[in-house]
Amino acid sequence: MDRERFVYKKKLRLRWLMKMAWRDTRRNFSRLALFISSIILGIAALVAIFSVGDNVQRDIDEQAKTLTGADLIIQSNKQVSDSIRPLLDSLGQKRSKECSFASMVYFKKNNGTRLVQVCALEGDYPYYGDLETTPVSAEKEFRKNQQALVDRTLMLQYNAHVGDSIQIGELTFQIAGILNKEPGRTNFSTAVAPPVYIPYRYLDATGLLKKGSRFSYRYYYKFDSTVDVEKVLAPIKSKLEKAELRYETVASNKKDTGRTFEDLTKFLTLIGFIALLLGCIGVASSIHVYIKEKFNSIAVLKCLGANGSQAFLIYLIEVTGIGLLGAVIGAASGIAVQQILPAVFKDFLPIELSTTVSWISVGKGLILGMLISLLFGLLPLISIRKISPLNIFRIPVEPASKIIDPLKWMIYVIIFIFIATFIKAQVGYWNTAISYTVGIFVAFLVLTLAAWLLRWLVHRFFPATWSYLWRQGFANLYRPNNQTLILVVTIGLGTALIGVLYFIQSILVNRITLSSSGDQPNMVLFDIQPKQQNEVADLTKQFHLPILQEVPIVTVRIEEVNGKNEEQVKHDTAAKISPYIFQSEFRVTYRDTLTSSEELTEGKLGKPVRSPNDVIYVSLEEGNANWMHVKIGDTIVFNVQGMLVRTVLGSLRKVDWQRIQTNFRIIFPTGVLEDAPQFHVLITRIPSAEVSAKFQQAVVRQFPNISIIDLGLVLSVLNDILGKIGFVIRFIAAFSMITGLIVLIASVLISKYQRIQETVLLRTLGASRKQILSITAIEYFFLGALAAATGILLSLLGSWLLAKFTFNALFTIPWVAVIIIFISLSFLTVIIGLINSRSILNKAPLEVLRKEV
Amino acid sequence: MPVVQKPVTKKLTDILEEEKIIEMTILNVHNLSKTFKTSNGILTILHDINFSVEAGSTLAIVGPSGSGKTTLLGLCAGLDNASTGSVELNNVRLEKLNEDERAQVRNRYVGFIFQNFQLLPTLTALENVMVPLELRGEKNVRARAHELLDKVGLGDRLHHYPSQLSGGEQQRVSIARAFVHQPRILFADEPTGNLDEETSNKIIKLLFDLNHEAGTTLVIVTHNLDLAADTKRIIKLRGGAIVADEKTEVLKN
Repeated sequence: MDRERFVYKKKLRLRWLMKMAWRDTRRNFSRLALFISSIILGIAALVAIFSVGDNVQRDIDEQAKTLTGADLIIQSNKQVSDSIRPLLDSLGQKRSKECSFASMVYFKKNNGTRLVQVCALEGDYPYYGDLETTPVSAEKEFRKNQQALVDRTLMLQYNAHVGDSIQIGELTFQIAGILNKEPGRTNFSTAVAPPVYIPYRYLDATGLLKKGSRFSYRYYYKFDSTVDVEKVLAPIKSKLEKAELRYETVASNKKDTGRTFEDLTKFLTLIGFIALLLGCIGVASSIHVYIKEKFNSIAVLKCLGANGSQAFLIYLIEVTGIGLLGAVIGAASGIAVQQILPAVFKDFLPIELSTTVSWISVGKGLILGMLISLLFGLLPLISIRKISPLNIFRIPVEPASKIIDPLKWMIYVIIFIFIATFIKAQVGYWNTAISYTVGIFVAFLVLTLAAWLLRWLVHRFFPATWSYLWRQGFANLYRPNNQTLILVVTIGLGTALIGVLYFIQSILVNRITLSSSGDQPNMVLFDIQPKQQNEVADLTKQFHLPILQEVPIVTVRIEEVNGKNEEQVKHDTAAKISPYIFQSEFRVTYRDTLTSSEELTEGKLGKPVRSPNDVIYVSLEEGNANWMHVKIGDTIVFNVQGMLVRTVLGSLRKVDWQRIQTNFRIIFPTGVLEDAPQFHVLITRIPSAEVSAKFQQAVVRQFPNISIIDLGLVLSVLNDILGKIGFVIRFIAAFSMITGLIVLIASVLISKYQRIQETVLLRTLGASRKQILSITAIEYFFLGALAAATGILLSLLGSWLLAKFTFNALFTIPWVAVIIIFISLSFLTVIIGLINSRSILNKAPLEVLRKEV
Repeated sequence: MPVVQKPVTKKLTDILEEEKIIEMTILNVHNLSKTFKTSNGILTILHDINFSVEAGSTLAIVGPSGSGKTTLLGLCAGLDNASTGSVELNNVRLEKLNEDERAQVRNRYVGFIFQNFQLLPTLTALENVMVPLELRGEKNVRARAHELLDKVGLGDRLHHYPSQLSGGEQQRVSIARAFVHQPRILFADEPTGNLDEETSNKIIKLLFDLNHEAGTTLVIVTHNLDLAADTKRIIKLRGGAIVADEKTEVLKN
């Protein structure tokens, strides 16, 4: 024998490790499939949402010009003053002008009436993209004649055809074509008041340009392609702002549109993330059980000379590889889902959404999938390092230290940081992200505690006198190899996440339906001129309709708060008042009483003003007073259509905005605004669609300037919109629900492997099928019920917190849903458990042992 | 610069003699004891064990259940740390090594055969035999594993998984695995404990034949006195201490 000195050489032999990982995988593929399936859906949802978000961003970039239709848009809510007009007329190489306002349209053929957005257009706008019309020529034709373009849905609703006549105000227009699409508008933005285009030169003749009504003027400019619009705009910005003109360029519009959609994708990403989180639980629990069963193999490997890192790496490579496979399948499914999403989103978007595969999103999904498998797999995996080769002998091994491995703590911290960072990336605030993450961890702790308590209680108060089946079922909850902790945590956390999702969804849906049900007013007439007030009231009475509310509305602005005007506030860094309040228009009313939707919270409502020397006490809605940073006794100077009115804040009110009626942020006492330019609003309740149509016709024929909102119609439109939003949310939430189900099946299924030997032993000893099934049912029922109950409690708590602090909504416990969720989850656990044991029961005991162990 | 030659202090023959002595002892156990802390105080499993094993010899450790046989085997093979005392395996002091270093010692010098075979269930017979060589990073491992499986009579079952083999077949795979990397010493823990008599005899014959051929040191822990009688030396354990350490011939006489 040659003499050789032992020198330790640390070599990992990566190729061999990968080979071993593959050898282990190929024999356990069906079990690792459980682990794969728990992450597929989460990754799919996220890849799909990321991709759509990416495409939207790119599509917005590409379609930005057609989105705006012009290089520059200047907008005003009133006729521009003569001083600024020369400037507006000097900009750009081509110019267009539009005046738009809400008005009633009257279809002469069938007496149909409907609130529309009238857009009186002059010039060749849009310069990019088209007003898409049928016939195509109508887009040019209507500009030359006394003709109109009518929105497609409106045409369908009133069965109108090209060539029919419509009346707008006092003028009749021939329909030149159907308006299919216009730059920058979505189906949603036009749902309540669909657009009707007429040539600008007929605007005066309609007789609708009355004072007090709400008009919007837009000036569209096209510049030569060599001109930098931002440079043109820079020197005149302050002038425009002073004249209260807003401006919009291709770039700013791009940003706004992107931002709106970003919010939606962020929200959906969060929902998708729940699916992923549920998947993480699946990953951790399946790997945990898997590694537990590998203890012996790992001990053998160590006996044969594998070191701790090698044993650890074999399984780490295996888990990461499987995670990658899951992520690849998930990403592929995500690409498939992404093809469907544009159809789901199309009503929200003013652009054509493309379905290009976004490789960045796919990459993100793959990395996320791997990262999650790694992070959540690591928890059970690190214990491999500590497995002693002595485990293969049946001799005493020193008990493991009770102190948790510091590495385990580190992984918990990394997981916390990972979750918080992901949520932060979606919601944008660390506070929110950390509180959500803490919430998830607290849920985890509570469930662990519940499981521990269950084990302890069953052990402590064991029903020793009960029948064998019950005792065996109960004992399974605390005996070695019990599933209590892992199943309670998995099922419970899954239940909690799904519960929160469901409860919050119903809170939001409830909030909407609340306002549309019952004996609520359903028709609003507005733009009633003061002299028409009595006649309209008479007409309403003729139709036997109640006048539920009849209020005057005056448009005012704020000039000074506590002696400071906009300029002074802007320069006073100590002032908390937002300069924006000076730029806003307020619609106020005047009365001496409160309505049923109001409640006084501070001060007293102002007394009627009888002499010019009386102090005018106004009342503000609470939230508004907070926004303005004013308190009782402060002075506010209002600009009422050019006239300054000095007032004192006399009272604060709480307003229930969810009621359908006219609610006001600011109320004046009577005796001040009676002579100011104003219009009136009348609210009534219409019993049927038939009466609605007849009443609307009568009003429009007699008072063409009055606009009518049929709330029934609005609500049905709103329902439609909410239905679509709800569908999008449910569509993504479904991923979470299905993942939850997969994780439930996976957790119960992996527990099968731990119970097999015992079941077979019982079977060998002569236990009947019924006995074994009963034992299983009892065990799983307790696990399922406890997990579901704890999960539901957590979700109720979570929903209540979200309702109170995020959605400002009232949360009442939906008992029916709670009971249904509880019963179905408990029984689902039992059923999946029983289906599992059946495969063991249908075969000979020895066959099972050979195959499954 | 003048070259100063170191004086030769030892004769070459002396060195050779020394080496021979060192080489002759493959396992040296000195004042070995193992205790556990339990809730009922300290439990002594092995107490002051001393013995050494010559390279190429065969040894049986016998004793009743709970006498500490398996614990002793675990300590000798570097699977566990002793509470006091030392184990020197092929000139390497095991107590000075960490877990990973001991794993490498096992891979380089030690082979194992277990009562319940301990094959890796996810590996085929061939792959199970390849593992010790693969761990060393050696080449041509498949052919050598194949050759050994041929020797143990399983040349036609190379690609079967352990669950597809009988107990006797599994133990033959495990013997092939134990010899494949030509260990200096082989520890067998009740190698026939799970087998019927006829299979046991075949396995014992195989074990000794291969051992003879390879010149490996063989340490067997067993209840089976027939098996023990086939070794050259028997150590009897009782209550964690050695009560007898004799050559088999002496015991037979």
